Amino acid sequence: MSTAAAAHDDHHHHAPTGLKRWLFSTNHKDIGTLYLWFSFIMFLVGGLLAMVIRTELLEPGMQFVDPEFFNQMTTVHGLAMVFGAVMPGFVGFANWMIPLMIGAPDMALPRMNNWSFWILPFAFLILLSSVFMSAFGAGHPSAPNFGWTFYAPLSTEYGPASTDLFILSVHMMGISSIMGAINVIVTVFNLRAPGMTLMKMPLFVWTWLITAFLLIAVMPVLAGAVTMMLTDRHFGTSFFSAAGGGDPVLFQHVFWFFGHPEVYIMILPAFGIVSSIIPTFARKQLFGYASMVYATASIALLSFVVWAHHMFTVGMPLAGTLFFMYMTMLISVPTGVKVFNWVATMWRGSMTFELPMKWAIAFVILFTCGGLSGLMLAITPVDFQYHDTYFVVAHFHYVLVTGAVFSMFAAAYYWLPKWSGVMPNKLLGELHFWSSLLSVNLLFFPMHFVGLAGMPRRYADYALQFADYNFWISIGGFWFGLSQLFFLAVCLLCAMKKGEKAAARPWDGAEGLEWEVPSPAPFHTFETPPVVK
Amino acid sequence: MSHDSLEHRNKRTLRKLLIWALAMFGFAFAMVPFYDVICDITGLNGKTSSTASTEGPARTVEDRTVTVEFITQRGQGVNGDFMSATRRVKVHPGEITLVNFYASNPKTSQIVTQSIPSVTPGEAARYLHKTQCFCFDQQTLGAGERKEMPMIFYLDPELPDHITTLTLSYTIFDVTDRVAATNDTVINNNAVAQ
Repeated sequence: MSTAAAAHDDHHHHAPTGLKRWLFSTNHKDIGTLYLWFSFIMFLVGGLLAMVIRTELLEPGMQFVDPEFFNQMTTVHGLAMVFGAVMPGFVGFANWMIPLMIGAPDMALPRMNNWSFWILPFAFLILLSSVFMSAFGAGHPSAPNFGWTFYAPLSTEYGPASTDLFILSVHMMGISSIMGAINVIVTVFNLRAPGMTLMKMPLFVWTWLITAFLLIAVMPVLAGAVTMMLTDRHFGTSFFSAAGGGDPVLFQHVFWFFGHPEVYIMILPAFGIVSSIIPTFARKQLFGYASMVYATASIALLSFVVWAHHMFTVGMPLAGTLFFMYMTMLISVPTGVKVFNWVATMWRGSMTFELPMKWAIAFVILFTCGGLSGLMLAITPVDFQYHDTYFVVAHFHYVLVTGAVFSMFAAAYYWLPKWSGVMPNKLLGELHFWSSLLSVNLLFFPMHFVGLAGMPRRYADYALQFADYNFWISIGGFWFGLSQLFFLAVCLLCAMKKGEKAAARPWDGAEGLEWEVPSPAPFHTFETPPVVK
Repeated sequence: MSHDSLEHRNKRTLRKLLIWALAMFGFAFAMVPFYDVICDITGLNGKTSSTASTEGPARTVEDRTVTVEFITQRGQGVNGDFMSATRRVKVHPGEITLVNFYASNPKTSQIVTQSIPSVTPGEAARYLHKTQCFCFDQQTLGAGERKEMPMIFYLDPELPDHITTLTLSYTIFDVTDRVAATNDTVINNNAVAQ
């Protein structure tokens, strides 16, 4: 069988080796691997920038960097994490797992898949190069310094020269994401194995399908926003310039019309991952599959009518305020359904606590914390006090780090055996989990307190009364950053195939087509579609 | 069925999704006029009408007094004075009132300015009618010039009862470069036309 398969392989696949294999790859597994490594590298780069931020905030007063540079760090940290780490990370999981989960031989548009990945490194090369601009005498300040939300007129009239690099790189990331999303939709619509009806698809596929629709709906709006910025900066238009008859507040509406669905783009695939892992280790079917699908779809639809909750303090008519407040609160209903279903799945299950399960449970608890602080922020009068404080920073780091990023760790530990053929190192994995769990809470939990006490975000300095908390927050930050080196070691060991050999189904409660193929998954899978009963 | 091959179906789905992506790109730009309409209806951004009101007030409500406050701010590039003669007036809805504003240009060259109004609370914006305003046109200030710029307004008698105070803010911008750029374009276009 193996020789026959190998001969068959050689026949129509001139397996290129070395650099060419990766540069010209149209294989969903290779491209998935590229995405995942890229995402992890950007996670470490973004993390380094965060370390600069936390080093400066270790003590009150100015010690290490000047405020101008500090602002560049917060901006590029946010952009690298959102567009470089979280989004490509999930696209990597989608590439690897969606064809395996629906019994497809590959993604539907493999060449576009190659292109959508290879745009990304260049987009980030352009963005990150801006940090070094002034070192080469090209403009001051060096990198974009207006925060990842790039509000006009800060980014239009007052933005540094490198803002144009930023605009170009956002355009490229947008094109990459849109192509990735189109690929997912076409694959899911056209390449499902016979018998794999929509309502039989694993939830990870469902959540990604809905995410892909969100991406196609809002990434072009982001492209529109940066295009307007570009023409405002160089071609004499006044979309966001009050002097020319435009309105800077319009920028915030356009941006958050993209921005709010964007935050769900970063969390819906996480819901799918956790919905795959919890049933495996609770050894029970997922509780309320259909309600999970409908809840995901409702969250996605609601995400289009809540954007102005980011701008309550800008001022709007009372009716508008109430509308956006109630709609935002309404999102907690489908989200609550999801959390309930995860807990109900675990309820009276034969639970074991392997590494993926540990991360998934941590996700459920800590993501819910982040969701609750989001509910507090939704209350308009309360938001007036919390707006632009560290409370907001705590909120979105709980949903993005202990939410999205934890789910990706869970997914990595869960599927690494399938990708590499070896089990992830248990000791390093345990150290990674416990070390991250403790440090991440030391890092982000006290931010709630300093935020409620009034510490504003995006400043290089703070009032003396916040000194103790900030010291511990910084310690948590360094600790969390260093903890990720355990994960780097786990990944490298798996890539070098060092470790216990993994069975085709390494987790005994695991269900789904991806476990039908051997570990590591062969280069080509499901060339003859499986029949799903 | 033969023409409905997998490749064909993939291309069809791809095409639909690409069209959708392009449409959403267009939607971003469609938000601009849409926002203006919403602002006109709701007063979201507090902008008053940019043209002079041609009709006078229907009546004057003598038994109601509303405080109108004035705020002036200098935008990027303006370093002269910009202020109103008075900080606050008490008016009856329907009463025509004149307030003088002053702007000065300490520079040694002429500048062109544009002032942008904004009313708080925003919902009051469409009840503030101006029969004359320096904000309707660009104002040219010669080198060292100090200019008196009158603004004549009245409040609509229909102003909602719960509004007892409203604030009219003006930000003055130096648009000299912008005007120069437009003139250049006009000159270039004329040159092309000839």
